[in-house]
Formats: sequence, structure tokens, C-alpha cells
Amino acid sequence: MNPRFRRYFFLISVVAFFGVFAWGLHDLPPFGHYRGPYGDILNHVAVYERHATDVVTAVNFDYRGFDTLGEESILFMSVIGTSLLLRPQKKETDNNDGKADNSLQRDLDESERRRAPAASDAARVLTLALVGPLIVFGWYIVTHGQLTPGGGFQGGVILATPPLLVYLAGDLKTFKRITRQEWVEAIEGAGIFGFVLVGLLGLFVGGAFLQNLLPLGQTGSVISAGTVALLNIATGLAVSGGFVQLIYVFLEQTLEVKLRVQGGK
Amino acid sequence: MSLFPYLVAAWLFCIGLYGVVTSRNFIHLVMCLAVVQSSTYVLLLTIGYRIGGMPPVFAGVPVGTPAVDPVVQALMLTDIVVEATVVALLLSLAVQVHKGTGTLNPDHLRELQG
Repeated sequence: MNPRFRRYFFLISVVAFFGVFAWGLHDLPPFGHYRGPYGDILNHVAVYERHATDVVTAVNFDYRGFDTLGEESILFMSVIGTSLLLRPQKKETDNNDGKADNSLQRDLDESERRRAPAASDAARVLTLALVGPLIVFGWYIVTHGQLTPGGGFQGGVILATPPLLVYLAGDLKTFKRITRQEWVEAIEGAGIFGFVLVGLLGLFVGGAFLQNLLPLGQTGSVISAGTVALLNIATGLAVSGGFVQLIYVFLEQTLEVKLRVQGGK
Repeated sequence: MSLFPYLVAAWLFCIGLYGVVTSRNFIHLVMCLAVVQSSTYVLLLTIGYRIGGMPPVFAGVPVGTPAVDPVVQALMLTDIVVEATVVALLLSLAVQVHKGTGTLNPDHLRELQG
């Protein structure tokens, strides 16, 4: 397919798309006049039924917790796929035997040329000073998901940033130490497994999968909403482990070279 | 103006698709795909929006106050995080393509290599 034909084909497709889109819009409510029943029902019952003031979290981790398990599996599978695709290959690690092939040599040379200047003192102080507060803030977001906007997904991403800050500060040895693969993988796996385990609890007592069977606690307190809080923590672990893993495998592409250069200085 | 948000969603979809169709670089292609996906965020949040509605968070607010639809927001919330990991998976494919063939241009990958 040559580019010209491709463009024409695209134009025809767009015209067809707008036809279908206009047809679909025809029966939608005008902007700002929401009329679906489900959102309103949930907004009315979630606080009484689940003692969670953030209805979005109640939907994610209780009413539609099963869908969230599906989403988490997509996340898990993507991270595993990325790790598999970017795992160090034999020819990339065995470069000291002098028989490395040309493509490897080219990769290494590019990486060396890409070498960035060392982090300045200002950058190092700022990034390392942020590590502690970010860990506290991440856990705050994870554990307050049922009360205010937040939860395992958002907090998990925040919890994955401290290792990246350590990398930005230029401290590669510490970065490698805190992103030890067995730990990161264990955290991510524990998150997914914990989610399933909390779900299975419901089956063990004769109820439904992911049924909310813990005491609901007092509305508005940190320990409330039953299993929602536990599922948030599990999701936080899975998401933070997954993102640290992603950061690691992408940086690993140049990290070995950088460490060698740093050690040789 | 009640059509405007729907048109924004359609525009994001089309412009992202145009980028995918005409892309000459896999990394650019992955980013265009992310733009296409963001059109679904605009569309679904638009459907769930209510003029004057507050966020569906009832901390210190009496239940019954008009609020926007929490279901679409829950969908978006999980998808934004999941999308980031899927983009990472696609980018790792781009890295492998570049390692194997030395190019990131989809048009240069015509010939099958044994």
C-alpha cells in the first residue's frame, strides 16, 4: 500500500466514521444532562452500603471489583511482556570475549555517546530530599482511597517514583540495589495475589467472589469500607512493583554501560 | 455548544488515527495510538458529566447532592494506569525492532528476514 493510497483510504474511513459517530450521538443526552440511572443509584447508596465516601473507589474495588481484577491482569501481563522482550540477551552480556558481533558493538557505542553529564548538586539534593516525602505521600494516597480521591492505582504510581528520583540523582549503585529484581517481582506478584486472595475470602465463607465481608467501620475513618481498603493496598503494591519493573527494564538498556563507565573512572 | 466535547473526542480519534496511518517512526506511532485512546476518555467523561454536578466524593458533603457519574470515572482511572503499561509494552517492541533491523520506520520493514 503506497502512502498516497493509504491517505485516501484514511479519508474515506474518516467520512464513514463521522457518519457512524453522528448516528451514535443522535440518541445521546446533550452535554451536561446526564440521565443514566447507574451513576445516580451508586451516588445514593455507596455511602450507606459500603461506608466509603469516594464512590469512584467503591465502584472500582467493590461494586465492579471483578473488572478491576481484569484491568490489573492487563497491567501484570504488559509488565511481564515488557520484561521478557527487554531482558538482557546473551550477545549483550558476553561482550568481553572479544567475539561480540557488530550490532552489539554499535549499540554499546551509541550508549556511550549518549552518556549524560553527572547530576548537579542541586538536582541531587532536591531529588534525594523528595524520596521520603513521596513514599509517605504515596501510602497516604493508597490508604485514603475510600475517603477522598485516590487509591491503589494513583498511589502505586507515586510509590514508583522514588527509585526513578534516585536514578535521576545519578546514584546508579543505590538505584540497582533498591530495584533488586527478586524484590520488585515479589511486590508486584504479592499485589495481584493479594487481590485474588481477598476475592477468594468471599467464596470461602459461602458468599460471592470479591464480596465485601469485613466490618465496614465508621464512615470517614481511615479503617472503613471493609475489603475496599485491603484491595487498595494490594493494587498499590501491584502497580508500584509493575512501574518500578518497567522503569528498571528500560533503564537497563543503558545502565550496564553507565555503571561500567562510572566504575572505570 | 452542547456538541463541542463530542467533537473534541472525534477530533482526537481522527488525528491520532491519521498519525498511526502515516507514521514513519514506531515511537511516534505508539504515541499516536495513545492519542486515539485518550479520545475515549473525553467521550466517556462527557457522557457522565452533569452541569453543576460535583465530583462523586461525599466526604463532608451530604448524600443526595447532585454529582457526576462515578462509573465512567472509575473506568478512566484504571485505564489511564493500564494504558501506561501497554504503551511501555509497545515501546519495548519498538526497541527490539530497532535492535534487530536498525530502523524504526514501518515502511522499511517490508522484506521478511529469515
